Amino acid sequence: MEVTGHPEMTEPASEIEREVEELIGKWAGNPSKTIMAMLAVQEKYNWLPQKALEYISIRLGVPKGQIYHIATFYKVFSLLPRGKHILQLCTGTGCHILGSALLAKTLDKRHGIPWNGTSDDGLFTLESVNCIGACSMGPVLVVDGEYHANVTHDRADAIVKRLRKRANKEENNGEA
Amino acid sequence: MEKLRSIEQFKLFQDKCRREFEEYPLVISVCQGASCRAAGSEEVANVFEKLTTGSSDIRFIKSGCQGFCEYGPLSVVRPSNIFYQMVKPGDAAEIMRTTKDDGEVVDRLLYTHPATGEKLGREHEIEFYSKQQRIVLALNGYIDPLRIDDYLAHGGYSALAKALQVMEPGHIIEEMIEANLRGRGGAGYPAGWKWKSCKEAPGDRRHIICNADEGDPGAFMDQAVLEGNPHSVIEGMLIGAYAIGGTSGYIYIRHEYPQAIETFSAALDKARELGLLGDNILGTDFSFDIDMTFGAGSFVCGESSALMRSLDGQVGEPRDKFTHATEKGFHDEPTTLNNVETWANVPHIINKGAKWFRSIGTKDSPGTKVFSLVGKVNNTGLIEVPMGTSLREIVYDIGGGIKNDGKFKAVQTGGPSGGMLPESKLDLPVDFDALTDAGSMMGSGGMIVMDEHTCVVDVAKYFIDFLIEESCGKCLPCREGLRQMSKILHRICDGEGTLKDIDDLEALGQTVAATALCGLGKSAPNPVLSSINYFREEYIAHIVEHKCPGGVCMSLISYHIVPDLCNGCGECDEACASSAIRTVRGQKRKEGLLCEIDQALCDKCGACMQICKENAIEKRSPAVASRGAA
Repeated sequence: MEVTGHPEMTEPASEIEREVEELIGKWAGNPSKTIMAMLAVQEKYNWLPQKALEYISIRLGVPKGQIYHIATFYKVFSLLPRGKHILQLCTGTGCHILGSALLAKTLDKRHGIPWNGTSDDGLFTLESVNCIGACSMGPVLVVDGEYHANVTHDRADAIVKRLRKRANKEENNGEA
Repeated sequence: MEKLRSIEQFKLFQDKCRREFEEYPLVISVCQGASCRAAGSEEVANVFEKLTTGSSDIRFIKSGCQGFCEYGPLSVVRPSNIFYQMVKPGDAAEIMRTTKDDGEVVDRLLYTHPATGEKLGREHEIEFYSKQQRIVLALNGYIDPLRIDDYLAHGGYSALAKALQVMEPGHIIEEMIEANLRGRGGAGYPAGWKWKSCKEAPGDRRHIICNADEGDPGAFMDQAVLEGNPHSVIEGMLIGAYAIGGTSGYIYIRHEYPQAIETFSAALDKARELGLLGDNILGTDFSFDIDMTFGAGSFVCGESSALMRSLDGQVGEPRDKFTHATEKGFHDEPTTLNNVETWANVPHIINKGAKWFRSIGTKDSPGTKVFSLVGKVNNTGLIEVPMGTSLREIVYDIGGGIKNDGKFKAVQTGGPSGGMLPESKLDLPVDFDALTDAGSMMGSGGMIVMDEHTCVVDVAKYFIDFLIEESCGKCLPCREGLRQMSKILHRICDGEGTLKDIDDLEALGQTVAATALCGLGKSAPNPVLSSINYFREEYIAHIVEHKCPGGVCMSLISYHIVPDLCNGCGECDEACASSAIRTVRGQKRKEGLLCEIDQALCDKCGACMQICKENAIEKRSPAVASRGAA
């Protein structure tokens, strides 16, 4: 594994590199900030585009192989684009014994959102999250960062329907 | 704010903060803990904020977790300690009016005692609070975590000032050893001894780390401290750094806690502004700062050596422990790592002394412990009790017993590293050694209560599957051993197990425990071994009778509609994603035709049972294939 280029002297050459530079420029040449840099990139794009990772590799001075090792080791990172809306179903122990895993069935069967995957229309990604610390209110579904407590099949259904309706409306408006 | 350049200046400033805080005759707080936020406390806080802006007699506080999560959103009026629960945004104006004008209470928002039906208006009247002893959580609910002035007004940073002014570093370490504060992250190693060996290790640089990677699923103690009283952690770390000679500080927070990250980051900025972090703290030659790093969703990073690698931007694989981190830790330099709750205890010990600390709790486990009490218990939430409190007191007195008058089955302490303890162990005191002897462990403080509708085999399977996902894969026993254990557990839950499987699970579990590299691997089989030990009959029921006593394992249960209870409303049909509900011809009911479930199509998701208002859906185990067998 070899690092090409020199971290300190690298200049962003494309649009995505300029965007990434803004997020991670402060850590140039500092490999110990690799995870922080990747978290920043993932927060911006919702996933880790290859071009962004290549730029981190050069700018921070970390071999690409190591970056992919990190990307696959830590649960939060995604090497595939995720949906427009991120549904995180808490699978902490508290939520588990209150039946959170069963909700995934409804979301899959009724709405075509696979467990730890993205719906065909690219609108929803359903992921498990280990515990978000709202254990008294389980099952908890986090929708785009917003916590929903005591979620039943019915409520999960309503949440997805509402978001899909809004998306359809936006699409129609866009066409008009 | 100007930097405080001496301890005298600090004391004057602290007095000023105290006076300013006391100027307000009334303080109203609204809890912003994760559970309360999930229940809508942010909207409640917004309304209060609007109503109190500019008020000279009411201070409004968005507080950290106040603990009684089951009844969120919570709001408390002080100094009278009137406790309101399940507050809605529309209630804010009424609370303001009654408390301000005539000192009365809003009756309908008070907590009702479930047994007596009595309305309890004060925090200390409620058993959930009255049986607790709060040290680490003492200020949660009293201060605004984003205002350093509030912490100072309640005596914050006094311990640091005392340490810098009148205590030698060696003296602090002696006090810590004397206090016998054992690591609250789970392992229970005495912090004082850790500090001493780190101080004595050769090297020019020493690292001070706070482990805030609370990975135990189903636990949120550290989150509550970080969000509710971040400065107590900073102060603890500062005292540690001063005593040990720490040159750099780090806190590693899991990214799943965005609110904690935001609050803690703001707290660090405030401390820097006041000169409590940075160069020449309070005008002394002591300099120290804390850098924040985020976890990226990895349970194993809670293990100290894995955490140190992750802190360095690498994958979190633990290493062997022939050399202690206190000698060769982060960057191979002497390192002291303690968890959030441990650090938060330090200022109290310095302020009140080791003797005071040892007067609380048990002989070998002094102090208090914070637990997140969740699962099938009436009063879920965050509690802090003296060590030595029995599990029964926690589950029944503080927790208010089992939900829906159900029957207690087990309590899991220590998360994926701990074990399930049955009713016969309920009188066990919570104490590091007593829990370990019983085949469980203290852990970081997750306490999950299970009732008769929980399946212990399913929970054991859940933990092992969790650990497979989270195993770093470095050592074979954990990587492969857990996978084989999972295969067997799945087989048992699917009704395809044999009695030999139980013996195999025990043999595999013991092997993993004896041979895995890190503490997480060694403790990983605990949920399986403890559940076999205490609930062997449930394993046997799965294998021999194909019956899941908890009614959880899908292959062993079936859902049925009880004809006598079904009113034919058809709501289950709408709720069913598998179209498994059909009507029985000619069987008219009040609101339509009698329904039944087609077992061939049923997905066993339970949506029908959840929606049925008539309680006409029942679960049977062993599974019944056709509708005929009733």
